[in-house]
Amino acid sequence: MPIYDVNILLVDDEKEFTSTLAERMALRGLRVRCVYSGEEALKEIAAEKPDVVVMDVMMPGLKGLDILRHLKATNPEIQVILLTGQAGTRDGMEGMKLGAFDYLLKPLALDALLAKIAEAAAVGGKAQ
Amino acid sequence: MFQAVFKRHLEGLSSSDVIVTPQIYRSLRRKITALMLITAALPLAIMAWLNYYEYQKALSREIQNPLRVIVNKSKNSFELFLAERTSAVGFIAQAYTFSELANEKDLARILKILQTEYVGFVDMGLINDKGELVNYVGPYALKGHNYAEQTWFNEVRVKGRYISDVFMGFRKFPHVVVAVRHTLESGEPFIVRATLDTHQFDKIIGAMGLEPGSDAFLLNRAGILQTSSQRFGKVLDTFSLPMPPPTFEATVLQQQDADGEDIFLAYTYFPESDFVLAAIKPKAQVLRTWYTVRGDLVFIFCAGVLAVFLASYKLTDLLLRRMREAEEQRELALRHVEHAQKLSSIGRLAAGVAHEINNPLAVINEKTGLMRDLIGLRDDFPDKQRYLSLIDTVLKTVMRCRDITRRMLGFARRMDVSLEELDINDVILDTSGFLTQEALHRKIELAVDLDPGIPRIVSDRGQLQQVFLNILNNALAAVADNGRIDIRTRSEADDVIVEVRDNGCGMSKETMSCIFEPFFTTKKTKGTGLGLSITYGIVKRLGGEISVESELDKGTAFTLRFPKQPKNEA
Repeated sequence: MPIYDVNILLVDDEKEFTSTLAERMALRGLRVRCVYSGEEALKEIAAEKPDVVVMDVMMPGLKGLDILRHLKATNPEIQVILLTGQAGTRDGMEGMKLGAFDYLLKPLALDALLAKIAEAAAVGGKAQ
Repeated sequence: MFQAVFKRHLEGLSSSDVIVTPQIYRSLRRKITALMLITAALPLAIMAWLNYYEYQKALSREIQNPLRVIVNKSKNSFELFLAERTSAVGFIAQAYTFSELANEKDLARILKILQTEYVGFVDMGLINDKGELVNYVGPYALKGHNYAEQTWFNEVRVKGRYISDVFMGFRKFPHVVVAVRHTLESGEPFIVRATLDTHQFDKIIGAMGLEPGSDAFLLNRAGILQTSSQRFGKVLDTFSLPMPPPTFEATVLQQQDADGEDIFLAYTYFPESDFVLAAIKPKAQVLRTWYTVRGDLVFIFCAGVLAVFLASYKLTDLLLRRMREAEEQRELALRHVEHAQKLSSIGRLAAGVAHEINNPLAVINEKTGLMRDLIGLRDDFPDKQRYLSLIDTVLKTVMRCRDITRRMLGFARRMDVSLEELDINDVILDTSGFLTQEALHRKIELAVDLDPGIPRIVSDRGQLQQVFLNILNNALAAVADNGRIDIRTRSEADDVIVEVRDNGCGMSKETMSCIFEPFFTTKKTKGTGLGLSITYGIVKRLGGEISVESELDKGTAFTLRFPKQPKNEA
């Protein structure tokens, strides 16, 4: 699947970060939406199923891992990339165990994220 | 009392709030030693004293008994001797008529028979009622002598029998007279009188078999010696000691003689005559065995006390050493726990800070990235290159910040150790490989001397790399150009040892005591102060130990030891 066809959903309570990241990705011609909480994320996913979800682990309200667990139960084909402020934390490892595609540390280089999204989309595409 | 003393001091040892000073150990040592000495030596002293006293009493009895027995026996011999002689004389007085006894020839014959049957008779005489010596046979010319005025003559006339004290008389040698009265049919009394040689007394005393130094003799009640004595002079001399109280049973007295020497005096009075038999034994002689025993006793007591003292001293020493060791171990353990707690709390703080900073950093990163994207898209942006370069600097700085927070997190996180069997030499070669370029550039000799024989250990490769990298980086920072760094491995008992030694600037004692503390750094602006602290944490988690030796301007040596067999640790 070419990266321009990948339907991406960004979820992070840090609005400035999420919106800026979304804008940069949009500048590069990617299909990207962004939401600022776990609850919104679930609504967006229900409205239109994304291929890849890029999601912060630590959020107020619904936590990243809760959504991941829910997604893996309902839509296992959606690939999830976790973002975390802490290197090698239990959250990251736990996410991997729950079936996240990978986890990345913030702050991150955009190119690294895009490469990871492409990989995830490729895996997801095979799964479909 | 003792309980209170000990409680006070032992409380001091068991409570962590009290600082245990050497003074307390010294006073404790004194008290324990004294207490042990008293509890052990006191019964010993009592036992020794009782032994001494009882033994002395028993020995005295042991000595007195034989003396008493021998005096009794000899008294019997004397009495038997005198009784025999008296009854022989009595028999003659009754068996023969006065006219037979008055006949000189007959009397001579009778004396001869008597001398054959009984030893000791010297002469014999017949005395009529008027005291005249009617007939006499013997070595002296006594016939015609009149005894009417002498006391013994009257006594024998009244009592019928008489035994005299020893006296010299006309004969000028010691003798005893035995006289018996008999009455004729006509009613006229007469007396047969015989003289006994006191040689027989000496014989009986000789038969007592006394040891040299001892003495035995016969006295009369007035204290006149009846036989010769070694101590008190010849026959008829006066006994120099006061006469003991009369008793017919053999009795032993302890007293001093005229020279002040302690003696045992055994004596008995004769019921039938005036005689007193006495035997003397010097106390010193009898007690010679006792003195030997007493010497032994004193020696054993002193040796015992010395042994008790040594034992209690040694025991106290051991006890206190154990106490002190335990105390030191406890302190060490406390210090470890303290250090671990410090690390863990600082770690938690660092994790929190790092996490909080990472989010704003991410925002800066994205905003700046967007700026670069936007400027990049517009070809006509004024000063485009300058802005792009400024933005790159911001982005690089953000990444530097990220690296710092990441290191803080690395320090803080509970490491997930992934264990594998590995050759520690390989890990060292891999790690030192990163630094060869820098070493080459600075002309630093990186000497790697690895023992190929060390066993493979179970550990975490990545963590070990971080450890060695940290230490080698520090070494590189410490040595000047043209310096030298030695890396050595060896096997020792249960551990594999890695030693990293440099000839760099070294460090002071104060620095050395802080190097494993988080946020301690000597690199001013360049370091985070976490390197060695992280290293310390990793080595600990891998079940190893790290230690450092350093001398200012001479160099520093880090010694790491890892167990050959993994320890069962959580």
